[in-house]
Amino acid sequence: MKPAPFDYVRPASIDEACAALAVEESVVIAGGQTLIPILAMRLARPARLVDIARIPGLAGIREEGDAVVIGATTRQVEAERSAVIAARVPLLARALPFVGHAPTRNRGTLGGSVANADPAAEIPLVLVTLGGVVVVHDGRTTQEIAAQEFVLGPMMTALATGALVVGLRFPVWPDRRIGVGFHEVSTRASDFAFAAAAAQIALDASGRCTKCTIGIGAATPRPVRRDALATKLIGSTLDDTDIRAGVADAVAELEIMVDSHASPDYRRRAAKALAVRALTDARDAARGVPV
Amino acid sequence: MKVELNVNNARASVEVEPRTTLVDCLRDNLGLTGTHTGCEHGICGACTVLLEGEPVRACLMLAVQADGYAITTIEAVAPAPGELSIVQDAFCETHGLQCGFCTPGMVLTAEALLRRIPDPTRADIVSAISANICRCTGYGQIVEAIALAAKRLAGSNLPRQVVPGEPA
Repeated sequence: MKPAPFDYVRPASIDEACAALAVEESVVIAGGQTLIPILAMRLARPARLVDIARIPGLAGIREEGDAVVIGATTRQVEAERSAVIAARVPLLARALPFVGHAPTRNRGTLGGSVANADPAAEIPLVLVTLGGVVVVHDGRTTQEIAAQEFVLGPMMTALATGALVVGLRFPVWPDRRIGVGFHEVSTRASDFAFAAAAAQIALDASGRCTKCTIGIGAATPRPVRRDALATKLIGSTLDDTDIRAGVADAVAELEIMVDSHASPDYRRRAAKALAVRALTDARDAARGVPV
Repeated sequence: MKVELNVNNARASVEVEPRTTLVDCLRDNLGLTGTHTGCEHGICGACTVLLEGEPVRACLMLAVQADGYAITTIEAVAPAPGELSIVQDAFCETHGLQCGFCTPGMVLTAEALLRRIPDPTRADIVSAISANICRCTGYGQIVEAIALAAKRLAGSNLPRQVVPGEPA
């Protein structure tokens, strides 16, 4: 379990990093919590690692208008303990404890999780669910790519050669009565999920749903939003029967991942149950019922 | 490549290949064999060290990534040669170890937990050690050891210091 040899460079700026990444067989290392096991198992043998972890300005959490922007190399533990994330992006705060386990969150980064695009990863699921954006720099220009268009499939993204994820933009809902829910199922705590669901809703003063978003991950090759379901639930009072009926339809048409870990039938049933739970939690939290 | 490390509050200059993990560097270059090599892909937690006081996998970090960080290994936990820290002593007393392979990682994880949460609940303890595999004890006595250590630390007049060189 030793990686094959590679070169190691540590660029001082984003532009230097992009130049280094334009050289063939170069890969980014930030926290390394996924990359190093892949190297140790020799599933990949890159010629060169480009370490972006210490580039000034790439880490940090800042509020920007109606969004919170998280720098690519911000460690997961920092977001987990951030008061800004807890108050402004509660769905991310709810999901972060499910990401790996504490020692990997101490090193793992948010940008790395999205750039890696593991179907079971929680952070891309939250970003897709909220309609967030991946900020990418290619050495010349900075581009914003909708998360849903960025994550293309298992470990596949729209990131071009020589381009670098520099940040994630999470939309903030200004609504007063917001609730979130996040559920996943895995063999053991901290292991890869078989299915996951994330939901965020807003209620008006009368308890009617004014905004709703629901995302499914892990069961699917990439995280997906169920916008037709959200549209159906907006305007309702989110009764249990509304949620159950809507979720059943939304899950029936999902493209489910096939692999040796869990059967497609199981993943679909799990996704359905978890989506119901996530929406129910979100509704109850917005109503002020302790979850 | 040449790397300047700060391990247990001592400077060390080592010559390593970029592919050398921190755990291999600690063991092979610095002779600090208390940090154990288990699965070498981030699952077992035997190689846990503290980086700036927080537990990390030394097999999931390259030595060349580690310069400039304060690294603490199990060798720095005991207050003096032949003595045990309160946490180590609690592990002995409650039979929190059998073969001892996971113990350095467990002890460092416990030290970091008790520094951050001096009065942990059982759930806090279980959550903290859930990233470390033990194949002997069944975890019951390890949870007991950490709870006992928390109680003793609360009643002790020793300075609360885990990372050498940091103010208590």
